[in-house]
Amino acid sequence: MQILTINGAEHRIDAPPEMPLLWAIRDLVGLKGTKYGCGIAQCGACTLLINGLPQRSCVLPLSATVGRAITTIEGLDDRVGQAVKSAWAELAVPQCGYCQSGQVMAATGLLSRNPSPTDAEIADQMAGNICRCCTYHRVKQAVRRAADALA
Amino acid sequence: MSTRILNLSRREFLAAGVRAGVGLTLGLSLPGVARVAETPSGQSGTLAPPVFAPNAFVRIGADDRVAVIAKHLEMGQGAHTGMATLVAEELDARWPQIEILAAPADAKRYNNLFWGPAQGTGGSTAIANAFEQMRKAGATARAMLVQAAARAWTVPEQEIEVSEGLLRHSASQRQATFGELAAAAAALPVPDEIALKAPAQFKLIGQDLERKDLWPKIDGTAVFTQDVERPGMLVAVVAHPPRFGAKVRSFDPVETLKQPGVRQVVSIPSGIAVLGDHYWAAELGRRALKVDWDERAAMVEGSAEISAQYRRRLEQPGVAARAEGDPDTLLARAARVVRADYAFPFLAHAAMEPMNCVIERRGEGGVELWYGAQVQTADQAAVARTLGLEPTQVRINTLFAGGSFGRRANPASDYVVEAAEILKAIEGRSPVKLVWSREDDMRAGWFRPAYMHRMEAVLGEDGLPVAWRNRIVGQSIAAGTAFESLLVEEGVDATSVEGAANLPYDIPNLKVELQTTELPVPIQWWRSVGSTHTGYATETFIDALAREAGRDPVAYRRALLAKHPRHLGVLALAVKHSQWGQPIAANRGRGVAVHESFNSYVAMVAEVTLEEGGRYRVDLVDVAVDCGIAVNPDIIRAQMEGGLGFGLSALLADEITIEAGAVVQSNFSGYRVLRANQMPQVRVHIVPSAESPTGVGEPATPVIGPAVANALAAITGRLYSQLPVRTA
Repeated sequence: MQILTINGAEHRIDAPPEMPLLWAIRDLVGLKGTKYGCGIAQCGACTLLINGLPQRSCVLPLSATVGRAITTIEGLDDRVGQAVKSAWAELAVPQCGYCQSGQVMAATGLLSRNPSPTDAEIADQMAGNICRCCTYHRVKQAVRRAADALA
Repeated sequence: MSTRILNLSRREFLAAGVRAGVGLTLGLSLPGVARVAETPSGQSGTLAPPVFAPNAFVRIGADDRVAVIAKHLEMGQGAHTGMATLVAEELDARWPQIEILAAPADAKRYNNLFWGPAQGTGGSTAIANAFEQMRKAGATARAMLVQAAARAWTVPEQEIEVSEGLLRHSASQRQATFGELAAAAAALPVPDEIALKAPAQFKLIGQDLERKDLWPKIDGTAVFTQDVERPGMLVAVVAHPPRFGAKVRSFDPVETLKQPGVRQVVSIPSGIAVLGDHYWAAELGRRALKVDWDERAAMVEGSAEISAQYRRRLEQPGVAARAEGDPDTLLARAARVVRADYAFPFLAHAAMEPMNCVIERRGEGGVELWYGAQVQTADQAAVARTLGLEPTQVRINTLFAGGSFGRRANPASDYVVEAAEILKAIEGRSPVKLVWSREDDMRAGWFRPAYMHRMEAVLGEDGLPVAWRNRIVGQSIAAGTAFESLLVEEGVDATSVEGAANLPYDIPNLKVELQTTELPVPIQWWRSVGSTHTGYATETFIDALAREAGRDPVAYRRALLAKHPRHLGVLALAVKHSQWGQPIAANRGRGVAVHESFNSYVAMVAEVTLEEGGRYRVDLVDVAVDCGIAVNPDIIRAQMEGGLGFGLSALLADEITIEAGAVVQSNFSGYRVLRANQMPQVRVHIVPSAESPTGVGEPATPVIGPAVANALAAITGRLYSQLPVRTA
């Protein structure tokens, strides 16, 4: 039995400690916003925040997250997260949408640590999140827009 | 422009009204779901009754909500928003009152008008085929609402105005919402003829309306196949053969069945399925499975052998797809022939949501599916064949697709049939969600075929080409599929030569030949299909000819495009917005390309910087597109940006290789794709047009590769003919 703190609520999970956090959150807790894309921390679709830092939940064992604050897209309501989501809407970033919660979480993690990133820092930090629709042009603009709104 | 149409009979209308009244009032409204119209399972719309249902595409509830039933899959390209825009335009609705339901699988009502009796999305046809149909649907509903108001107020119909979802009679100062008139309108006969707006009257078409799927795709509430849960559902993963053509000889499920949460292991034609309570249980079960593969019939060759075979075949003439004049003699006699051989690798679609499908048995004997269905009619038939059902017993709930790029329009309905086989193997005892891992998705094949081209030309004294021969070697996508009769004529698969056989350049002696190969590698369409390779080969080769002639690449193209005003139009617009002809640093270059696909015209000017070690960076791309009437300019811009990103990925990185019948790459670690730090700045310029709209999902993809390669060539003088071009 593991106790996870997700979006401020405690969840008791009966699962082996090596189970990836992604599948526990999706299939056992039932929060579906965090997506599976590769399973090997290559694409970023499963990005969520742990103690405010972006992490790839597909390779993170449950045991490593006990006692930490997990934030998924469903619980993203802090000032930075709100600014990121607003910027995403203003620029109409999503196409198919499947990778976008991971993109939004990565952008929130980036701006939480670095409120005024350079364009190169935005491009490099967001390079961890693959979008096959290639919304990258707007992703980068939206991170800039959110940073400006927060400044 | 005014179009008259014939509408549904009154009897059909009444039947539709009854169905809608029942179907649309059942069930929960799940935020963010691409909700499905008229399914009995409860995942339907929630309009308040009585519901006005004048045709297959429009439902208006007493609560003043308007549901548009979208016949096309939403896979990112904006088709849902486009369908709704067309209806809302003629209905004169308020955009916020519009919601979207995905159409059920029913080719009689929801066929793609360009595809005959088949429902499906592809070939950049959604807006093009539905442009009049959806507007007529909206206009019919509007006319009936007006008639209902005229009767209620006893005023002439001509005195009633409709705007932003309100009907008004200004003389008597009366007004009503659509919802208030829904019941009265539903009792009226459907008019036989209806007039449509002239383009000058458009209020919504041409606006950057907000996508209906915008917020659910930002806040994580959009529901994809991967997110579907059904009562008692098991998650299935499948151990697939490691090589194309291999089969299961035997398997040992003992260790698998010891895994907690694993419920069943079954043999199906495509491998061994492991069913568990959730994905991780099933995946651990699969890892513990012992399978003895029978590889006697497996493919033995790999990419190297295929390349060697294709190179030999380049030496032999093929079947002519186009032949004008006598290029063979001119090439044989010319003192100087410009020649290049091109090689294009297999490419995976690698949509972010790997293939998946939910299926369950229905009480009365049929089955019901939930997934991002792209060609519903073909999938319905394939599932029916698999399970011994009639197609009408196969109900499909089309959900948002997490990307497709052609993959979900699979000619064999491969992963859908696999889900049905699993349901059959467990005798329908529980709902099944088939989930492919990234590795399953990438190794399943169904790639963009590998191709080779040989391009040869002779220039005249003015430097313009007098002879052009383009020989293409590769697999046929359509052969052996249901699409063969439609696409293959006299040995030429149109998808192998499109973009080459219709070369727009005015060259008096011109020949395009095709050598169709056969391989055990499953292949299919990949965003922009034939143009993925023909666009690259023709547009880099014409640039090479311009260099050979010492001419400016833009001027050279213009000299050969006099009969093609729309090519010239996009070329001029892209060039105008770029810095074409301005001085540029020695390590930087500009390249141009222009190409038509799916009846849309795209030109690009790319600016590129060459870096240390041959690495290069694409800095800026000016895109001009002529897709007829621009229904939603922002979605067009998004499709140009994304479409060129997809093509740039294939230029810079994408490559599937095969060794001894097995796919080498298995995930994004080996199959490199474009990332944010490689995406250029993009400026999109849309040609103003009154022509009927054409597609935008695909036409940007084939143009970026040659534009960038031509920019590199402007720096280095080299022709880049082997893809991917990882270094210049």
